Order: sequence, then C-alpha cells, then structure tokens
Amino acid sequence: MKNIVFYLLVLLLVSCKNETTKVGSKESNLTIKTLNFEQLEPYLHRNDDKTYVVNFWATWCKPCVEELSAFEKLYDNYKDKDVEVLLVSLDFKKDVETRLMPFIKKHDLQPEVILLDDVKENVWIPKVDETWSGVIPATLIYNKEKRSFYEQSFNYEQLINEVQQFLN
Amino acid sequence: MKTIKALGIVIATIVLSAFTMVGDGYKVGDYATDFKLKNVDGKMVSLADFDSAKGFIVVFTCNSCPYSKMYEDRIIALDKKYKSKGFPVVAINPNDPNASPKDSYDLMIKRADDKGFTFPYLFDDGQEIYPQYGATKTPHVFILDKEKKGLRVAYIGAIDDSARDASSVGIKYVEEAVEALIDGKDIPNTSTRAIGCTIKK
Repeated sequence: MKNIVFYLLVLLLVSCKNETTKVGSKESNLTIKTLNFEQLEPYLHRNDDKTYVVNFWATWCKPCVEELSAFEKLYDNYKDKDVEVLLVSLDFKKDVETRLMPFIKKHDLQPEVILLDDVKENVWIPKVDETWSGVIPATLIYNKEKRSFYEQSFNYEQLINEVQQFLN
Repeated sequence: MKTIKALGIVIATIVLSAFTMVGDGYKVGDYATDFKLKNVDGKMVSLADFDSAKGFIVVFTCNSCPYSKMYEDRIIALDKKYKSKGFPVVAINPNDPNASPKDSYDLMIKRADDKGFTFPYLFDDGQEIYPQYGATKTPHVFILDKEKKGLRVAYIGAIDDSARDASSVGIKYVEEAVEALIDGKDIPNTSTRAIGCTIKK
C-alpha cells in the first residue's frame, strides 16, 4: 500500500513538471512556463540567425533585480536587430504566484520569463557553462557562431558592448 | 645576456602574478590559511584554537541569502553530527554590511540566537578572508583536513545536491566527504556546484 502511495506521489510530481501557471484576471493573462533543465536546454542551443541573451536571476537576488532594467532596455532597443532576451528565473516554485508573478506585473517585464525548477544544480550548472560557480546574476550570450558566459552584473553600456560583439 | 635574463625574470613575474590574480582562491589540495575573526559571542576565534579537531567544515554563509537560510538547519545538523567526530562547523559571514545591511554583526548575533547555532558564526570584518579562500557565494563550503603540513583543502562546494528541498536530497556531499576523511578513504566528489547569492562588497 505504501508503495502505491509513493508511486502516485511520484506520478503527480512528474506530471506537474511541465505545467504553466496562470494567474490574475482575464485581461492580464500572464503565464509562466515551468521547466526542468532538460526542457530548458534547447533554449540555450538554438541554431538560427538570432543572438540570444539568457539571464539567470531571481526576485530574491538583489543584484539581479538591480540589473533587470538593462536587460529590458536591451529588449526594447534590439528587438528589431534579431536579439532575443530570455529571463530564466530561479525563484522557488512556492513563490511563483506570491512573488514572481506580482513582480513581473509590477515591473511590466516584457522579455519572456521561464521558471527553471530543477533541484539537481550540480548537474545542470556546468551544463550551462563549465566556468559557472552557481552565483547569480549570470548571463549567457550566444548565437550559432559564438558563445560567452558572464558570472557578473551588467549595466546597460556593458551589456550593449558585449551584445555588439555578437552582431558584427 | 644579463638584460635577457632580467627580461625573462620580469616576464615570469608578470605571468605568475597574472595567474595568481586569475586563479585566486583555493583549489582542492591547497593549504588554507588560518584566521582570527570575531564570533557572535564577542570573542576572537582561530582554527588553531581547536586543539582536538581533525579538520573543519568551513561554511561561508550569511543572514540574508535565501539559499543560506534554506541550509541553516542542515548546517546545524552537520555540526551536531561531526563536531564530536573531530570536524566542527565554523561559519563565516563574508558580506559587507554597508552593501547588505541585513548581514550586520548585530543581526548575525540575533540570527545565531534565533536559530540556536551550535557553532561559531564569525564576521569577516574587512573582507580579508573570503577572497583568500576563493569563496564566491553564500553558502559555500570548504572542508579542511588537518595535516602536519597544515590545513589541506579536501572539498569545495555545496552541502548536498538539493538546496531547495531538503526532502529530496540524493547525495549529501559534505557528509560523504567528512565520512571519507574519517575513514581514510578518497572523497568521491571533491568539488560540486550549487546556486548561491553573490558575496556583497
């Protein structure tokens, strides 16, 4: 009997993995994809003509929140230049509706936000980049020719400087 | 000839200093420095004070980081389990309170009291110790093994493989490493990674 309960629990957990959380009133219609690392990985290896800027952050991370405006500005100014911005949130699953969603609404975040919910950090951190110690904020910039990883905070000028190197 | 030699020495010095600058902090196998830092009880603490210790579980942690908070109970459990076996926990707050007011010395005292820390919780006043160790985040663990030559860094990394959820831990990296040291065996994972908060400067 105990076994059955356990398997049901596992099944329930697995089936919850790739869910999308919806919140708020009909007009706001905000959704956040929740992915494990295997599901996120294709977003880190797209092979088209665009340049991708992937920022790892969380609402609980003060330096992350401070640099978000640089990424928003990048999104606004470079969306016509084949630059895509993706914000990978490392917020805790339990905080999605109480913290992450309200944060996105309050700051009217335009770039796509994906929640990475995967506890096996020692496995996936080096898969993002071999040099990453696990500190956030951290940012990956890549296109099909070039790939750089930054374990640091950015201001807008620094960010543009890096992104430009991918566009020329 | 002399000038070439001199030039060689200059170049070698530049290269070496560049390396020490880039690779700052300890690697597994290096020998760690001792320190003298103020504990939450007001006393100064050094690793040399622990005569009977066989080694140390040095944890860079703080009051404010959610990842540190998630690990507080597990750090207390580590100290309770391994202090008597010769590997006490020594926690160090590396954050500058000017940059992170929640990590002030006074609030460290409060946190240690609220949580009932069984181990020293030291303040890296002036931030001189964490760069020597090469801690980059909180929490960040360095396990030291006491040898005749000094304190050898035996493990660097995370406490276990599931920060966010204590109930789904698969491998307890720190326990695994300390047990191996106690048994005189090789440590299976000598360095691991986890998400953490930047050290506030």
